[in-house]
Amino acid sequence: MDAKQMRKNKWQTTIFLILIIMITYLSSFITKFNLIESIATIPAAFSWIFSNLLITQESLEKLPQILEKLGETIFMSIAATTLAAIVSLFLAIMGSKTTKVNQTFSVIARFIASFSRNIPVVAWSLILLISFGQNSVTGFLALFVATVGFLTRAFIESVDEANQSSVEALTATGATYFHMISKAVIPQSLPQMLSWILFMIETNIRSATLVGILTGTGIGYMFDLYYKNMNYNLVALITFTIIIAVIAIELVSNKIRRVIL
Amino acid sequence: MEMVKELDPALIKRKRNGQINIKSGNKMDAVVKWTIWVLTALTILAFFFFDYTGLQLERAFTDTLHNIRVMFLEPGLSHFSWGEAFYQVGVTLGLGVLATIFGAIIAFFLALMAAENLSKPWLSNTVRVVVAFIRAVPTVLWVLIFAIAAGLGSEAAVLGMLFHSVAYLVKAFSESFEEVNPGIIEALRATGSSWWHIVINGVLPSTFTYLLSWTFLRFEINFSVAVAMGAAAGAGGIGFELFMASGFYFDLREVGFITYAILIIAIILEVISTRLKERYFPSSVKTR
Repeated sequence: MDAKQMRKNKWQTTIFLILIIMITYLSSFITKFNLIESIATIPAAFSWIFSNLLITQESLEKLPQILEKLGETIFMSIAATTLAAIVSLFLAIMGSKTTKVNQTFSVIARFIASFSRNIPVVAWSLILLISFGQNSVTGFLALFVATVGFLTRAFIESVDEANQSSVEALTATGATYFHMISKAVIPQSLPQMLSWILFMIETNIRSATLVGILTGTGIGYMFDLYYKNMNYNLVALITFTIIIAVIAIELVSNKIRRVIL
Repeated sequence: MEMVKELDPALIKRKRNGQINIKSGNKMDAVVKWTIWVLTALTILAFFFFDYTGLQLERAFTDTLHNIRVMFLEPGLSHFSWGEAFYQVGVTLGLGVLATIFGAIIAFFLALMAAENLSKPWLSNTVRVVVAFIRAVPTVLWVLIFAIAAGLGSEAAVLGMLFHSVAYLVKAFSESFEEVNPGIIEALRATGSSWWHIVINGVLPSTFTYLLSWTFLRFEINFSVAVAMGAAAGAGGIGFELFMASGFYFDLREVGFITYAILIIAIILEVISTRLKERYFPSSVKTR
């Protein structure tokens, strides 16, 4: 690198930094965000957390109820992810460059995926809430639609990465399209796909909490209820059970991932 | 290279009819199979645990289809103007920007502590455990908890979103730091450079583009998180308008308009981040 190039790089970095600072300043202006004030609230927030978010004996009495709702939420996210994975598998096979039947289906599959992925899960749950009402099915469908979008993109990548030569070999022996898919494409990309499904289950449990707050179901609803009643001991207990559940699922799926990948 | 290895005949497992069992001992296949079975069973079980209060499936589906048609084919604004809509989208983007930029700055320092090649094992493990803990709490809970201390508004939203952004970026950044060529670090160390010298002159230049790409990927996520925070935690922005339009005014045309606005921004962000990924990331690195 000669001196001229270095000077140019230095200029680029400076301009880049100024740009970042300007964007930050603009964003704080639009959102009325006050950096100094928010830094000042961090210690206050933590001292509040440590003095109020305590699990007491009294709150533990509600544990069975909380666990039931947590179970509902976990089941909801697993069911939504698994069923979405089946739909995504079809869409991905249609959408992938290696396995597509024809161009039209491919474009349609990619369009559906992009559409359902880029509308946030919040929007889906609010849209579905209008006619499905406050029950688990609303949350389930919202998670399902958002997951289909995400998994289709991930699966398309996995299918594209599958070894082309085995597809070619099977085609050469006169295998039908379905043989080729079931014997060459799926076995190769299955571990990768499973890894994505496990990842999506973890993500969906967190999203399910959010969806629950909006649609009045599951653990999110419990949290919202006690939060609004200012019963912070129960809020602490609910948060704690969510943490345990998410970390447990993460550990299990990391174990599975270590074997299959 | 010798490809065919001699196998001890005693190690070859056969089926009862004498066929060689090619699948025996393949732990990977067994785990894949078991995972699929367990997930299927749990999915079927799930439907017995659902709460079906007030659900009329058939009507709900036809109503939703009708609603979706109204939303997407006749979008319009009634409670606020175009200018207001742009401003609210700006607020949501702004929340995302702030959480991402502050998150990236904090994550940079924490990732230096978490990277195994730049830090001590105890420090690295401590940071990792704390980060895993932070990540396990859903963002909306962080925002709501902060809202008690800081009051409902952009401060609580940014702080709450910051936590998750930091947790996500620490993982991504520390992995990039660990991939730095050990030769560079060793060479700098041999010349007697201090730790900060190594970071600024060795690690930072070779990972800078990665860090920027990861930060942008997080920004893409933070935009949809910001929408969610607006709707669920009252943080303002387009998410809050969406919540009001669907939950209070029941104005489907407005919901449609807002959804389109979110969709357009999200697609633009996705296109940019896909470009970044293709350009800077090897195929082994995935978004999480």
